Amino acid sequence: MSATLPDINIALPNGATARRVEDEFHGDLLEISLGPHHPSTHGVFRMNATLDGEIITTLKPVFGYLHRNHEKLGETNSYLANIPYTDRLDYLASLTNNWAYVHAVEKLAGFVPTERCEYLRVILGELSRIINHVCLVGFLLNDLGTSFTPLLYSLRERERMLDLLEELTGARMMYNFMRFGGLRTDVSADWLARLKTYLEGLFARYLDEQDALLTGNEILLARTQGTGVLKPGLAINAGITGPGLRASGVDYDIRKVDKYSIYERFDFRVPLGEHGDTYDRYMMRMLEMRESVKIILQAMRDLPEGPVNDPKAKSRGLRPKAGEAYGRIECPKGELGFYLISDGTPNPYRYRVRPPSFINLTVLEDMCVGQTLADAVITLGSIDIVLGEVDR
Amino acid sequence: MLGSGIIKGFYITAKNFVGSFFTTERLTTIQYPEVRAKLPHASRSFPFLVYDGDSPIDGLRCVACRICEKECPPQCIYIVAERDEKGKIMKKPRIFDIDYSVCMGCQICVEACPFDSIKMDNVYEIAVRDRYEGLLMHRDQLAKPNSYFHHINATDATEVDNRLAEEKRKAEEKARAAAAAKAAAAAKAAADAAVAQAAKPATPPVPETK
Repeated sequence: MSATLPDINIALPNGATARRVEDEFHGDLLEISLGPHHPSTHGVFRMNATLDGEIITTLKPVFGYLHRNHEKLGETNSYLANIPYTDRLDYLASLTNNWAYVHAVEKLAGFVPTERCEYLRVILGELSRIINHVCLVGFLLNDLGTSFTPLLYSLRERERMLDLLEELTGARMMYNFMRFGGLRTDVSADWLARLKTYLEGLFARYLDEQDALLTGNEILLARTQGTGVLKPGLAINAGITGPGLRASGVDYDIRKVDKYSIYERFDFRVPLGEHGDTYDRYMMRMLEMRESVKIILQAMRDLPEGPVNDPKAKSRGLRPKAGEAYGRIECPKGELGFYLISDGTPNPYRYRVRPPSFINLTVLEDMCVGQTLADAVITLGSIDIVLGEVDR
Repeated sequence: MLGSGIIKGFYITAKNFVGSFFTTERLTTIQYPEVRAKLPHASRSFPFLVYDGDSPIDGLRCVACRICEKECPPQCIYIVAERDEKGKIMKKPRIFDIDYSVCMGCQICVEACPFDSIKMDNVYEIAVRDRYEGLLMHRDQLAKPNSYFHHINATDATEVDNRLAEEKRKAEEKARAAAAAKAAAAAKAAADAAVAQAAKPATPPVPETK
């Protein structure tokens, strides 16, 4: 029987070697299906893993359980009616999804957002980056087995930010707030002042406490350092973007590369990792949150008065001239792009989403092979996927 | 020192535990069914129809123009206009259905409505046992008075009321101006007629004879 099994002693793609299969186990590998309803898979994601003892030899991601026909729906909807659907892609950071889509349509139709709108978009976009990273840190720690303490501290702060966003946009997660050339409503000075008080007060305290609680914790270091290593070469070849790429030491942030919107006016740094392991990916999020707070405070300081909506832009009944456009922004998970082809009708001829979660997930096997099953769970957690975006 | 990070972490959890007895900054939960958080004004869940006055049928602001039906992304609105006895379409809905189980609360109908007749509610305890019919809301269930809108979202309701009053005033002014113009035109016509009358020769022209 053992003769028919693959030789698992060959060099594995990431350089690791698997343990030699002992004869008394008859060389049998254990095939398990992790998910789609497993709490550690962050949604309805399934991994078909082959285990040698506790070591993963192959791992095949299976997705599509949450497929909702997003792209085809986008071709039958009007341009405006697509905005609420983009909320449902990455539902932890809906505002950046709105922004990316609106950015692509603005490119297609030739609208230029007003100054005030650009500043408010930066504030809201960075706020949703913070919300996403707060969630990620909490859930990653939950995957590591800290039974809920860091997660609930994180969700407590997320609730406060969601309360603020609910006051502004009316919804807690599905904001539907951006419009072509502007925002749905203006943002009041009172709301901005409260956001500022919060970020400088309770949120700053949360970041310091979370750092003290986790960053130097020996158990966390032992579990995360050296696991799920992603080599920079593979990351670039596979098209990984976002904090996962920067943790491998590749300096690529679309906010700096494309300088879309008004990001060149702000003074912020892009944190870079060194080893590309789970710990670096965790640290990227902790550091990016602090940078995002810095950007928000700068944007609030420079926020100009004026109209929030471009009077020439119209959202309802938009019929852009025939053409195509690709708009991309740095969403919390990486490069989120929307590709649109217009044929002059009220709905796009082709509507394509370039989801960061999906593309970042393609290297999961390379990161997990040769490691224990428990490490695969935290590797998946540190990639930061949302299944709404993976399956669309 | 190995373990110092863990001890530091215990200090944080202890601080949070003790703090939760003294400050709401550390303890943010409330006892839900007994205590309810106050929803912000902008909070939205599902749309409803506003009516003025006392009659939920005649007072509806909706004129069955079906713009919201066309704009609705998941197409959960269904409208049929009322017809009078001659079969002419009237400016009010006979059927106005919204399927709450399909609605995603995006608020695009509210933005599209030119008559401020559809607004967002903030109800959230609407669970039903029937999966299909139970959440299909009909006109009678959707119609809610303007006072209710004031109750859930005073900011927007006051703004809408002021705007509608302003529009009404302008329309009335316009109507008055139009009426005045009409009266003036009529007077002018009468005057012109009088002038023409006056300009006419006093004696009728004698028909020419051959």
